[in-house]
Amino acid sequence: MIVSYEIPLLLLLLVTAGGAILVKDLMSAVLLLGSYSFFLALVWAWLGAVDVAFVEAVVGAGLATVFFLLTLFGTNPKDTRLRRRPPSLATLIIFPLLGLLLLYAASDLPGFGDPNSPASVHISPTYLEQSYQDTHTPNVVTSVLMDYRSLDTMVETVVIFAAGIACALLLRRHA
Amino acid sequence: MLRPHDSIIVQTLGHFLIPVVQIFGLYVLFFGQYGPGGGFVGGVILGTGMILSVLIFGHDASRSQVAKKVLHVDGVGMLIYAGVGGLCMIGGGEFLNYANLEIPGMETASRRSLGIVLTQVGVAVDVAVTAVSIVFSLSAEDIVEDSING
Repeated sequence: MIVSYEIPLLLLLLVTAGGAILVKDLMSAVLLLGSYSFFLALVWAWLGAVDVAFVEAVVGAGLATVFFLLTLFGTNPKDTRLRRRPPSLATLIIFPLLGLLLLYAASDLPGFGDPNSPASVHISPTYLEQSYQDTHTPNVVTSVLMDYRSLDTMVETVVIFAAGIACALLLRRHA
Repeated sequence: MLRPHDSIIVQTLGHFLIPVVQIFGLYVLFFGQYGPGGGFVGGVILGTGMILSVLIFGHDASRSQVAKKVLHVDGVGMLIYAGVGGLCMIGGGEFLNYANLEIPGMETASRRSLGIVLTQVGVAVDVAVTAVSIVFSLSAEDIVEDSING
């Protein structure tokens, strides 16, 4: 499954994620987080989830970076250097164990693209077969999001709206 | 308060780039039914174009007035989305069941296609306005003093 050019991609993902955590300067951490989102978008595209990759590239690498930078500019510049205590012994023991547990659980997941996995036998075939006749929309992702699961998408939109309102109420004093 | 950027390169690129970004956002929004994209991404790109104009030309420039006016339509996106759902109920069906949109001479599948387009426009308006609104909130002049002094 894993071909030679995907390994550097996953390595870059690990390096940028680790770098964003370890780097001392908050400005550098924000930019590293942006590049992490960009590499993550490439991974989504490699896995075939082009819509998710598009959102990740636009929101993660573009919009979130702008928000983080504006927040940094708006706060006291002396705060941008991070002082972090070294992790305690309990953290060093518990988190690797948790990681091992998750890896053990992940070995039980169905293989990538397995036609007999529960996700591909339940309702997905119905959507794939009937969405064009039902909605005249060639992109199945759009027809599932906006038609079959329209109420979910509406509530997601409410969440975004609430986020904007909350920011305005908290940060804008007179505008 | 954001002041205009003083680099001539950034200003010139802004003049050129912002219309292209906006057109691309509209393309992504309406092409979402045929390829990757859709209301959410299209809205973010449209919002990003307006954010660019605010970042490059400053809060008070005439080019940023569109972004400022956009703040007044906060909530219209939600209204479009829920309004389509309400129209479906008026048509005699369930909330957001686009097959019940009352348009004479259209078959069911085309009605559902139209419903998808309308709700995508609603999502895009909501997301674009929210993105611009958060940028205006984050760059308001009185944040710094308020957060330091109490």
